[in-house]
Amino acid sequence: MEYVLMIIACVFVNNIVLSQFLGICPFLGVSNKLSTALGMGVAVIFVMTLATLVTSLIHVYVLVPTGLQFLQTIAFILVIAALVQMVEIILKKMSPPLYQALGIFLPLITTNCAVLGVAISVTQKFDIAAGSYMLDSLVYTVASALGFAVAILIFAGMREQLEISRVPKAMQGVPIALVTAGILAMAFMGFANLV
Amino acid sequence: MNKLKILFNGILKENPTFVLVLGMCPTLGVTTSAFNGFGMGVATTFVLLMSNALISLLKNFIPDKVRIPAFIVVIATFVSIVDLLIQGFVPALGESLGLFIPLIVVNCIVLGRAEAFASKNTVFDSMLDGIGMGLGFTLSLTVIGAIREILGSGSIFGYTFLPASANILVFVLAPGAFFVLGFVMAFIRHLQKSNEH
Repeated sequence: MEYVLMIIACVFVNNIVLSQFLGICPFLGVSNKLSTALGMGVAVIFVMTLATLVTSLIHVYVLVPTGLQFLQTIAFILVIAALVQMVEIILKKMSPPLYQALGIFLPLITTNCAVLGVAISVTQKFDIAAGSYMLDSLVYTVASALGFAVAILIFAGMREQLEISRVPKAMQGVPIALVTAGILAMAFMGFANLV
Repeated sequence: MNKLKILFNGILKENPTFVLVLGMCPTLGVTTSAFNGFGMGVATTFVLLMSNALISLLKNFIPDKVRIPAFIVVIATFVSIVDLLIQGFVPALGESLGLFIPLIVVNCIVLGRAEAFASKNTVFDSMLDGIGMGLGFTLSLTVIGAIREILGSGSIFGYTFLPASANILVFVLAPGAFFVLGFVMAFIRHLQKSNEH
């Protein structure tokens, strides 16, 4: 039950894109078409889960026991960058169709601040002493990534509609996308007291 | 003359936020007040300046194939320094910027300038470029922060001048960030268009 509430909170109430502003670049960059948005959403769920799994292990078994928490930023970003490269190479060899679908999104994800952001925020959110650190952080990560996918899919649907509507010259492109995202964020504020 | 051009390039012509549309996460995430935006801008400027300088110094020693990881290590080092400095000397700012300080590491502006400018130019030029880009980013964040603070909490840099009844709360909440950035960007494009004619 606890985890159900956590998932609802991460997807709707504290959506990582619309209320925490993580992963704005891909949210604005690859949301032109519904199909690419879906690809990006799936790629983010995949990479983010894997990345937090690895960074949590490093946090619990390397950084905390040795008292090197101040190296967190450097360690995490290197691990994530290496991991994304590795996933790309493995996918290319093992599953060409999956690589075809997700390949172009993978390099983009290294600079997606949502991945590093979630990896860091789970270390601040959950306490290792509580015992269920790994499970808590994994559920939180999957839910956050799901929130990203939901937000980018809804947003892509709205932008496909925007394509055919008349927009003032100065507002075309990014500005109108931002205002649309603002309205979407306002809609998500309606979930505020859900959990 | 040429040096001035490098410096001002980042502030106006290639403003990272409004023209290049880079580094959107901190731009939207921390600009609830002018001071927060300014603080974030200064932290990013420091990282840009130092990483540009060091990468430019090391450009002949870094093999081309591993340049991106090498750049990331340099940037992450300076981000950690800034993070610790802010936590030590301005803990209040650290509290409100929170997660976005370590996230300077993945700010596309920093890596973008390292790759596009510092790895090809002299140390002095790279430092100027870092300062210029940093100032442009600071200016944009401070402007957005100021607009949101005035509309949302009726104050500027913490100095209140409007009664609480005049506050429009939504501007300090998440949607306000998108609205303000969208409209400021549209306004700047409009100015550029009318200048061209």
